[in-house]
Amino acid sequence: MQIIQPHYHAIARTAQDYERMAMSGVVAVAEPAFWAGFDRLYPETFLDYFHQISEFEPTRAAEYGIKHYCWVAVNPKEAENPELSREVLKHMPEFYKKPTVLGVGEIGFHKTTKNEEEIFEAQVEQAIKYDQLILIHTPHLQDKVRGTKRTLEVLSHMNVNPERVWIDHVEEHTIREPLEAGYWVGFTLYPITKCTPRRAVDMLEMYGHERILVNSSADWGPSDPFTLQECVVQYRARGYSVQDAIEVFHNNPARFLGQNPKFDIKPVRLETIEEDSANLVQN
Amino acid sequence: MMQTALQVLDREYLEARCALVELAATLDRIDRAHDHEEGSGPLQDSRLDLLSEAIALLQEESHLPNRSERMLLLFSDLD
Repeated sequence: MQIIQPHYHAIARTAQDYERMAMSGVVAVAEPAFWAGFDRLYPETFLDYFHQISEFEPTRAAEYGIKHYCWVAVNPKEAENPELSREVLKHMPEFYKKPTVLGVGEIGFHKTTKNEEEIFEAQVEQAIKYDQLILIHTPHLQDKVRGTKRTLEVLSHMNVNPERVWIDHVEEHTIREPLEAGYWVGFTLYPITKCTPRRAVDMLEMYGHERILVNSSADWGPSDPFTLQECVVQYRARGYSVQDAIEVFHNNPARFLGQNPKFDIKPVRLETIEEDSANLVQN
Repeated sequence: MMQTALQVLDREYLEARCALVELAATLDRIDRAHDHEEGSGPLQDSRLDLLSEAIALLQEESHLPNRSERMLLLFSDLD
């Protein structure tokens, strides 16, 4: 089955992960810009990182037949430094011209501070100005509800098209409002700290599969890219067809990301082939 | 050297949180599935009773040690 991994931090993973993903049907990954585990000191460090994910990573993924796309942004944690962030923002439009950059992300809140909000708004404004897709991170654990609510409040005052915005890392207590407001939402499968494959399938059963993306993020922390495949198995084990699974794990990311024409993987449908039995015998 | 209680909590809080949320989701899943079954009354199954007793065991007698041992005994056929 073909799978698109829509949120994947490839720079934190090995070539073996690419190889195993390819063996399990992954045809494309999309890599948002995120926190490296330490706060960077210089705008140029961000720019080198953007070059890495927009130029080098696609070549690494291509070794395994996987298409690699990316997003650029100042992540919520480092947005706490507005001076540094604004310097980085000045250079982000250069990257929107690159053939695999899909939009601005991941942006949003970490601790829901004034500084984070200032830079979140600035990045949304830039995304609107340059007609970019938007990927929004929502905070971890105890900060998630407050940060998600504030995210929606900020967006409600901005001229965004909800269909071009993906609000990620939602769970049972934060899924309803973004979906009802017309945004795409994402389930991020982590072994411990976010959503589990079973709970993701629960939410698919409760809310349907429209405007829902499932990903495993897979970064430098405790995470596992194959929680996505585990979720496919859980979904199928509850009786959903291969085509149902394709809708969720391939076609939905193709639909959302495909709003940027650079993402050229289209939704697919399984088809039975009627073969001529006489020809089969002859061959 | 034995860990302090805070060290254990620091290390295992998130795993415990995850296990509790997963348990809540499992019970919700059972309820939702039962709600979709036509003409069914309240779901009666001794395993659900055992799960309820086990959850109660976590809440009650919190001053008593050996919760895991008592829970496993609860899930055991002792006759």
